[in-house]
Amino acid sequence: MAETENNKILEVKDLRTYFYTDDGVVKAVDGVSFDLKKGETLGIVGETGCGKSVTALSILRLIPQPMGKIVEGKIIFDGKDLLKLGQKELQNFRGNRISMIFQDPMTSLNPVYTVGNQVMESLVVHRKLSKEETRRESLKLLEMVGIPEPKRRFASYPHEFSGGMRQRVMIAMAIANSPSVLIADEPTTALDVTIQAQILELMDELKHKTNSSIIIITHDLGVVAKYANRVMVMYAGKPVEFSDVDNIYYKPMHPYTIGLMKSITRLDEEKKKLLKPIEGLPPSLIDLPKGCIFRIRCKYAIDQCKKEYPPLVEIEKDHHVSCYRAKEFMDGILERFGN
Amino acid sequence: MENNILLEVKNLKKYFKLRSGFLSQRFAGSVKAVDDISFFIRRGETFGLVGETGCGKTTVARVILRLVPQTGGEAIYNKVNIFKLTSREMFKIRREIQVIFQDPYASLSPRMTIGDIISEPMEIHKIDSKKNRMKKVKEFLSIVGLNPEHINRYPHEFSGGQRQRIGVARALVLTPKLLLCDEPVSALDVSVQAQILNLLTDLQKEFNLTYLFIAHDLSVVKHVSDRIGVMYLGKLFEVANSEDLYKKPLHPYTMGLLSAIPIPDPEMERKRRRIVLEGDVPSPIDPPKGCSFHPRCPNAQDICSRKEPELKNYSKNENEHLAACFFAGKHI
Ligand SMILES: Nc1ncnc2c1ncn2[C@@H]1O[C@H](COP(=O)(O)OP(=O)(O)O)[C@@H](O)[C@H]1O
Ligand SMILES: Nc1ncnc2c1ncn2[C@@H]1O[C@H](COP(=O)(O)OP(=O)(O)O)[C@@H](O)[C@H]1O
Ligand code: SF4
Ligand code: SF4
Ligand SMILES: [Mg+2]
Ligand SMILES: [Mg+2]
Repeated sequence: MAETENNKILEVKDLRTYFYTDDGVVKAVDGVSFDLKKGETLGIVGETGCGKSVTALSILRLIPQPMGKIVEGKIIFDGKDLLKLGQKELQNFRGNRISMIFQDPMTSLNPVYTVGNQVMESLVVHRKLSKEETRRESLKLLEMVGIPEPKRRFASYPHEFSGGMRQRVMIAMAIANSPSVLIADEPTTALDVTIQAQILELMDELKHKTNSSIIIITHDLGVVAKYANRVMVMYAGKPVEFSDVDNIYYKPMHPYTIGLMKSITRLDEEKKKLLKPIEGLPPSLIDLPKGCIFRIRCKYAIDQCKKEYPPLVEIEKDHHVSCYRAKEFMDGILERFGN
Repeated sequence: MENNILLEVKNLKKYFKLRSGFLSQRFAGSVKAVDDISFFIRRGETFGLVGETGCGKTTVARVILRLVPQTGGEAIYNKVNIFKLTSREMFKIRREIQVIFQDPYASLSPRMTIGDIISEPMEIHKIDSKKNRMKKVKEFLSIVGLNPEHINRYPHEFSGGQRQRIGVARALVLTPKLLLCDEPVSALDVSVQAQILNLLTDLQKEFNLTYLFIAHDLSVVKHVSDRIGVMYLGKLFEVANSEDLYKKPLHPYTMGLLSAIPIPDPEMERKRRRIVLEGDVPSPIDPPKGCSFHPRCPNAQDICSRKEPELKNYSKNENEHLAACFFAGKHI
């Protein structure tokens, strides 16, 4: 398949998605830019409500209308701007070239159709196969995602499956047409941890087999550390830091990322280590403060932070940070991990 | 038994009867939600109960609080068996045993001000005059990190983390000795989660509290607990202090559980060996015979499907490291 330059398979440029509610304009996504490389796993992290899901839904143009609107931006895939496509062309991309799995498979599976039917359906939409071929392909898919005895389970209904098995079915449907990009929005949040491990291993394995790319959205910093190559940290609708996974964990340069890292409990930590969480709460997305959105919670804030929003700057190769003081962190003038 | 034990649970069982059909109400088997578990909590320590959804953690707390009757066993609090108490005696003891839940919103009445919510336990137990109660509420609001001036606000005006603080204040006004925390931070984002965990740690020191800390997230449980019990399908599979549980787990399920939890450290994750437990947790209605873990256990032998392993001590010190496995300590 044709690629855009530099191995980039997807490029999101200055995306802005707003919701027009009775209380005012919710700037759910407000200036998100990133690129996705072929074969990589990109993690998007940030607290509830920071715009992770809306970013994903915007890429597939699944924003609920008319309340929501993509007001600005470009989503370049395969040399085309997805935001400029007509409905028909868009259909061809959705599910076929880019597909998505959600946190709760029950909301995307139809309870009245058998699992087999639904997998077949996802094949039929995009390909011209005979009925027999479709069935064979579907069985192969179910087997690939680790459904035991797929022939027997073909005629089962979603409610007869466990949460983990349903998520496997969703993955089967998502990869049915060998998409180049799989977007997984909190794919394991509803699952128990041993099942989460199974699903994440499966996704990773399939990614390597098919040389596709994954965007994984999660609030679990352990999952990101294990599976992501690069990470975008979001806060209140904006990307605040974007780099490879090692930089994000070992050299975070945005006070929000630094705070996140000091908030997490980890299995290997020393006994009763004191966590150093960020105080306060994220702001409402309706009345964002002027200047840096993190200002009210930031203990490094200076006068300049009140004036304008700090642009996302590349402070070292492939390490983007939106903070006026990142350079000082970088040069070791400001202590990051002390308190 | 040592005499610094505040709560001892002995052979606790709770079976829920299942009935089929709306009208027929025929007996259709039972769920062994808690099936013969024993553990103790020392004064001032935190005992963690961890395990996947449905393994029986919440039921343990509910039975201890006598919100549901036990099927068997004892819960000895301060040398008395809670299950033998009259309801008046139980009422008295409930002052000393308080609880906080996962979803603070569901457990707070939406039409009451937070002042009324927090003072209600004092009212029920007829403590202090109304004026003094309000003074105490304000004091506890600031102890849990809320603004005492917000005493007349309603729960919906607070964020999830703040609501959990309200729940904590309500549990603390009676100055209890034992606090049962059932998934207190599971619904919260990491930074808020950390705020609440720090609060619970501080309060434990300040008020000399003993915690039963229940959660499905082992890294959170390990962070707060001195000792941990690992549950699976209503049984305790392993009990150890948190360091030992992490560094030298004895039960294959604990090993799998530990391995399934990624550590937020990319370098470490690249090096770490991964054990992926296969299959789903079986239904508690008809759990596998013998060791209930055998269908998923990489170490399972013939005997495992025939006999049930006992929870036994494997440490030279009494009661220090227990596991229920015929091949405890064998690596996967
Ligand atoms: N349909 C909608 N109508 C109004 N606001 C919405 C809608 N969907 C999302 N939002 C708002 O957009 C923001 C970002 O939401 P979301 O992307 O779902 O967050 P995340 O996935 O990071 O938790 C939130 O403040 C949320 O309330
Ligand atoms: N009131 C009830 N009636 C029937 N079954 C119940 C009831 N409460 C809990 N159970 C069952 O008991 C088992 C243990 O539940 P629970 O204690 O809530 O687990 P956990 O808190 O570990 O997720 C589950 O299988 C659950 O479905
Ligand atoms: S720009 Fe200022 S307020 Fe914003 S994160 Fe940096 S130091 Fe803090
Ligand atoms: S008793 Fe057997 S099946 Fe059970 S955990 Fe030990 S080795 Fe595995
Ligand atoms: Mg989301
Ligand atoms: Mg529970």
